[in-house]
Amino acid sequence: MFGKLTLEAIPYHEPIVMGTLAAVILGGLAMFALITRMRLWGYLWSEWFTSVDHKKIGVMYVIVALVMLMRGFADAVMMRLQQAMAASDSAGYLPPHHFDQVFTAHGVIMIFFVAMPLITGLMNLVVPLQIGARDVAYPFLNSLSFWLFVSGVVLVMVSLFIGDFAATGWLAYPPLSGLQYSPTVGVDYYIWALQLSGLGTTLSGINFIVTIMKMRTPGMTLMKMPVFTWTALVTNILIVAAFPILTVTLALLTADRYLDMHFFTNELGGNAMMYVNLIWIWGHPEVYILVLPCFGAFSEIVATFSKKPLFGYSSMVYATSAIGVLSFLVWLHHFFTMGSGANVNAFFGIMTMIISVPTGAKLFNWLFTMYRGRVEFTVPMLWTVGFMVTFVVGGVTGVLMAVPGADFVLHNSVFLIAHFHNVIIGGVVFGCLAAINYWFPKAFGFRLNERWGKASFWCWLIGFYVAFMPLYVLGLKGMTRRMNHYANPEWQPYLIVAAIGAVIIAMGIFFTVLQFYVSVRDRNKLTDPSGDPWGGRTLEWSIASPAPFYNFAILPQVRELDQFWEDKQNGVAYVQPAKYEDIHMPRNTGVGVVMGAFGTALGFALVWHIWWLAAVGLLGMIASFIVRAYDRDIDYWVPAAEVERIERSRHAQLQQFQTSQVAPAAAPSRQKVA
Amino acid sequence: MSGAHHSHDAAHHDAAHADHGSTKSYLIGFALSVVLTLASFGVVMSGAVPHDLMMPGIVVFGVAQLIVQLVFFLHMGTSPSQRGNLAIMLFTLLILAIVVIGSLWVLHNMNVNMMHPTSQMVPVE
Repeated sequence: MFGKLTLEAIPYHEPIVMGTLAAVILGGLAMFALITRMRLWGYLWSEWFTSVDHKKIGVMYVIVALVMLMRGFADAVMMRLQQAMAASDSAGYLPPHHFDQVFTAHGVIMIFFVAMPLITGLMNLVVPLQIGARDVAYPFLNSLSFWLFVSGVVLVMVSLFIGDFAATGWLAYPPLSGLQYSPTVGVDYYIWALQLSGLGTTLSGINFIVTIMKMRTPGMTLMKMPVFTWTALVTNILIVAAFPILTVTLALLTADRYLDMHFFTNELGGNAMMYVNLIWIWGHPEVYILVLPCFGAFSEIVATFSKKPLFGYSSMVYATSAIGVLSFLVWLHHFFTMGSGANVNAFFGIMTMIISVPTGAKLFNWLFTMYRGRVEFTVPMLWTVGFMVTFVVGGVTGVLMAVPGADFVLHNSVFLIAHFHNVIIGGVVFGCLAAINYWFPKAFGFRLNERWGKASFWCWLIGFYVAFMPLYVLGLKGMTRRMNHYANPEWQPYLIVAAIGAVIIAMGIFFTVLQFYVSVRDRNKLTDPSGDPWGGRTLEWSIASPAPFYNFAILPQVRELDQFWEDKQNGVAYVQPAKYEDIHMPRNTGVGVVMGAFGTALGFALVWHIWWLAAVGLLGMIASFIVRAYDRDIDYWVPAAEVERIERSRHAQLQQFQTSQVAPAAAPSRQKVA
Repeated sequence: MSGAHHSHDAAHHDAAHADHGSTKSYLIGFALSVVLTLASFGVVMSGAVPHDLMMPGIVVFGVAQLIVQLVFFLHMGTSPSQRGNLAIMLFTLLILAIVVIGSLWVLHNMNVNMMHPTSQMVPVE
C-alpha cells in the first residue's frame, strides 16, 4: 500500500531535523491561520495561483526563489559552522551522513530552486514588457511551468522530513548515486525533483523563444530588441538545447536504479564516466543560462543610471550569441583529471580561455558606458559595480583553472568552490538582486527603500569576500571540498574567518528582507506615479507602475533602439491616443495548479515505490491536460471603454505628477523630469 | 490563449503559413521516402550487403529520409519565410554534432588512457 514508506522514514532521532520540522509546522500553521483569518484564500487563488499573467507568475517565481534562498543559505551556514569546528580532535556537530546531505541539498537548491526561478521570474516579469507584448505566447503553459517547478520544490522540502536527501554532491555522480552505494530514497528525491522542475524549465524555454520570436511589437526587429531580451532569448535557446540532455541523463540513472539497468555501473558494460560527460554537457551551458540574463540586467541598469545609451549594443548582442555557442564546447574542463589525453584537455582548456573573451568584451562595454556618463549610485547601480569587480576576480581564477596542468592541482579543492561562488554570487545573485531593485516598481508601483538596499549590498559584498577569499588560500594549501572533518589544525583559522563571512552575508539577507518590509510599510512615500522612476530607456518604463494587466493599451511602434528614450527626447512619450480598441486576453485557469499537484503526487510515489499513487498522479496529469485541451472558454475581450477608463486615470495621474515636478524644479530632487 | 490576437499584430514577421508545397513536391517526397525505406530494409534483408556495412547503411538512409521529410513535408528551405526555421535546424544539428562527436572523442580517449586491459580487449590465450 505504501511501498517503501514506513513511519521509520521520519528521522525522529535527528534533533536538528526535528527542530526544523517543528518550526516549519508551527510557521506553516501560523501562516495558514493568518491567511484564513484575513480571508485571503479566495484572493490568492483567483488573483495569483490560477493567474496566467506573466507579471504575477514572475513575482511568484521570485518569491519562491527567495524563500528557497533561506533554505539553501541555512545549509550553507551549517556547513561553515561544521568546518569551523571540526578540526583535528573535534568531530563538529554534524554526523558525516547528515553533512553530505547538507552540501548536496545546498548545491541543488541554490542552482535549481533559487538561481533558476530567479532568472525565470525576471524574464517573466520583464521580457513581454520590453518587447511590447501583452503576455507570453502560451500563458497556460507558463502557469504549468511554474507549478511543475513548485512540485520540485515541494519534493526537495519533503525530503528533509520524510526519508533523506541525496548524499552524493549536487550532480549525483555514479557509482555513488547508484543503488549499491545509495540504497536509500535520497537520490530518488533528487531525480524526481529535478525531472519535474526541469520539465517546467524546458517548457518555459520554448514559451519564451516563441514569445520573443513572434510577439515583438511592430517595428522591433531583432537588432532593436533591448539587451535584456536578447540575453533572455539566448538563455532560452540554451535551455531548450541543454535541458533535454539533463533529462535523458537522469532518466538513464533512473533506469539504473529502478529497472536494474547498467548504463553507469562497472558491471555489464556500463561506464560511469559517460554520466559525468553527459551531465556536464548540460552543466556548463547551465551556468551561462543563469548568468546571461544577469548580464542583460546589468546592461539595462548601467545604461539607465549612466544616462547614456549602452556602449557597443551590437557587440553585446554578438558576444551573447558567441557565448551561447561556445558554452557547448567547454564542458570537459569540469573533469580534466578524469583521464582524457593531452589533446582533449588542451582543446577544452583553450576553448575555455576563448569563452572568456566575449565576456571580457562585455565588461569593457559596461565600463565604456559608464565612462563620462552621469553615473547615479542607486542600489541597482551599486550591485552592478560590485558585480563588475567581483566577477572579474572570479573570471580570472576561472581562466587560471582552465590550464589543465593547474587544474590537476586545484581540481575539487576549495579553490574551485571559491571560484564558482565568486562567479555565481558575484554574477547571478548580485545580478538578480540588482534586477529586483531595478524592476520592482514596475511590478508593484513603488520603489524599494534605498537605505536598507545599500546596507544589504555592503553586507553581501564584504561578506562574500570574507567568506570566500580564505577558501582560495585553503585550496592552494590543499584542502579538498566537502570535508566533514580535517586533521590539519592550520586550516581552522581560515575556516573560522569564512564562517564570519557567512554571518555577514546573513546580515545582507536580513537587510534585504527588512528592505521589503520597510518598503511595503512606506509604500506611499516610495510610490512611482510616473511609471518611469529611473529615467529608463526601454518600453517597460513607458507604461504605468504597476503595469496594467494588459500591459500596453496600444501596441507601441518601434523605429529606434531605446524607442521610449527617443520619444521622451521628442516630447511624444505620453501622447494619449484618440481611441482605444478591445483587447484580447487569456483567462485564468487552475489546471496548472492541479497538474502540479498531480505531479507532486507522482514524484513522491515514484520515490517511495507507491505504484498505485504513481498511476493516479500520471493519469491525473494527463486527464487534466485533456480536460484543458477541450476547454473552449480560455480567453475574453477587455472592452475598449474599460481600457479607456484605466488609461484616463493613468494619464490624469501622470499629468498631476508632471505639474508637481515643474514647480519645485529648483529643489535638489532625485526625481527626473521625463 | 493569446496567440490569436497576436497573429494579426505580428503578421509582418510571420509568413510561415504562406509556404505550402505543391502536389508534385509532396509526391516527390513520398516517392523518395518509399525508396529510402525500401533501401533500408534491403540493406538488412537482401543479404547482398556485408554485415559490417548494415548499421552504417541504415543510419545513412535514415538520415537521408529525415532530410527528405524536412524539405518536402515540413518545407524547410532557404525561402525568406523559412530562414528562421532553417537557422534553428542548423543550430540543432550543430549541438547534436558537438554532443555526439564530442562524447565519442572524450570517452574514447578516457577508455584508451584509463581502462586497464581486460579480457574484452586482450584476446584470451
